[in-house]
Amino acid sequence: MDTMFAETPLVRVKRRRESLARGVFFCMSVAMILPLVAIVTYLVVKAWPTLSWNFLVDIPREGMREGGIWPALVGTIYLVFISLAVAAPLGILAAIYLSEYARDNWFNRIINLAVINLAGVPSIVHALFGLGAFVYAAKFGYSIISASLTLAIMTLPVIIASTREALASVPQSFREACWNVGATRWQTIRSIVLPNSVSGILTGVILQVSRAAGETAPIMFTGAVFYKAVERGTLLPYYLDEQCMALSMHLYTISTQVPGVEESLPYATAVVLLGAVLLVNASAIALRVVLRSRKKW
Amino acid sequence: MSPNTPYCIATKELSLWYGRFQALIGVSVEIKHGLITALIGPSGCGKTTLLRCFNRVNERYGNVTTTGEIRVLGKNIYDPDVSLIELRKAVGMVFQRPNPLPISVYENVVFGLRIHSPARSLTRSALDEAVERALTEVGLWEDLKDRLHRKGTALQLEQQQKLCIARLLPLKPRLILMDEPCSSLDVEGTRAIEELMFALKGQYTIVIVTHNMAQARRASDECLFMLMGELIEHRRTEDLFLTPQDHRTAEYIEGRYG
Repeated sequence: MDTMFAETPLVRVKRRRESLARGVFFCMSVAMILPLVAIVTYLVVKAWPTLSWNFLVDIPREGMREGGIWPALVGTIYLVFISLAVAAPLGILAAIYLSEYARDNWFNRIINLAVINLAGVPSIVHALFGLGAFVYAAKFGYSIISASLTLAIMTLPVIIASTREALASVPQSFREACWNVGATRWQTIRSIVLPNSVSGILTGVILQVSRAAGETAPIMFTGAVFYKAVERGTLLPYYLDEQCMALSMHLYTISTQVPGVEESLPYATAVVLLGAVLLVNASAIALRVVLRSRKKW
Repeated sequence: MSPNTPYCIATKELSLWYGRFQALIGVSVEIKHGLITALIGPSGCGKTTLLRCFNRVNERYGNVTTTGEIRVLGKNIYDPDVSLIELRKAVGMVFQRPNPLPISVYENVVFGLRIHSPARSLTRSALDEAVERALTEVGLWEDLKDRLHRKGTALQLEQQQKLCIARLLPLKPRLILMDEPCSSLDVEGTRAIEELMFALKGQYTIVIVTHNMAQARRASDECLFMLMGELIEHRRTEDLFLTPQDHRTAEYIEGRYG
């Protein structure tokens, strides 16, 4: 009777394994953070001598060996903004159709499959497609338009997937409630589904900013150039049918194509790219927190 | 729609398939005006499916095939001139889990009016009146009149379920379908909903699906027993429970299976 509920050797072994498993999983999740911290620290330390307000708003000088990154920064903003202005509405509307209207038949299954596969296409293939479709076939030439459309095609499937996820998070019982008082699908979507999924949809779209901003291959093939003469600090330096500079491309150029660049220059460019992306992602998270706090069910 | 038909709902040889699975087998049933009719039977017997036929909301759940006839208030609801929107206005549904919409109590009640009327035709006073009338009818007005702008989803479960019933009323339905409306409520909540059913009966025809035989017994006028997609027995509730005609009904109400 004294030994009732006492730990048996088998239980002791199980308990030890349990704490081992827990420890391994914890270490792995900590190990995820380390590279990020290391990369950011390394970049910032290396970039420190160059980082300044002047670096942001100045144009590259002395064959890109000195000066700033203004044309590339603005170019990236152009590309990201235009590509999302195309991809977001298209992707959101397509996702609404697929989630809320499409029945489970072979045609819609093929569309689904296409969306999933499109998301897995390597960016260099998108680049080649953009070159053929927009630069040559549509005769947009090497231009901001071609590059933005290529980026839009690349981000579209991911926006569709994230929007569908956001729509699926709205409980089915809300839709049932609407249908059973005679609401059409569109009335249901407009009055209940969209207001309750808008935060997820927007977050998904904003997260694509970082992907669009970071890609090099698609824009290199379709509309980004090494150098474009632009005045220091001008806000709208490009026309849409012109080529432009972009941060990712500029980073590639000064790191590998131009000899004798001061060491801190590429690092500073990388810090600006990373900083911009983190800023955008942080704003996405903030937006989600604000919108989430308003909904409750 | 003629109101002079003998039955509120009448089905003839109604069969229904989900894909290849047959969920209803030749169900012919006549449900009288103004009464509370309970659908009972073990899980998977087709009670909920039959209920969802009456406003054709089954069709929103994917691959459904139906044969036979369903007349609601004398009108065959598969006639080509039947508008699903008008049908669902007349035949409201209440669910197992209360599903108020994530908007205010006030907006929940007027939701139906808003989606069925052009925005300009709704005056503030008409909406206010509809809210007061509907909430009074379900017994929520005294509790909620000062909290109309709270979210419907923030109420207690019992209040949520009453709100879901109130949401149907401004559309002046003829029939209220209830799919196990008390199964997520406690004893008090169940009693409150049953009392509400008694208050609404007469004015509305109520069809209720329930798992709870005791509830069917105390809260319905007529009772339908279903098994494996078939209608086995349909009689006055007292008669069905005291002198069941079919041995399967007898065994079920004795609790031999289910």
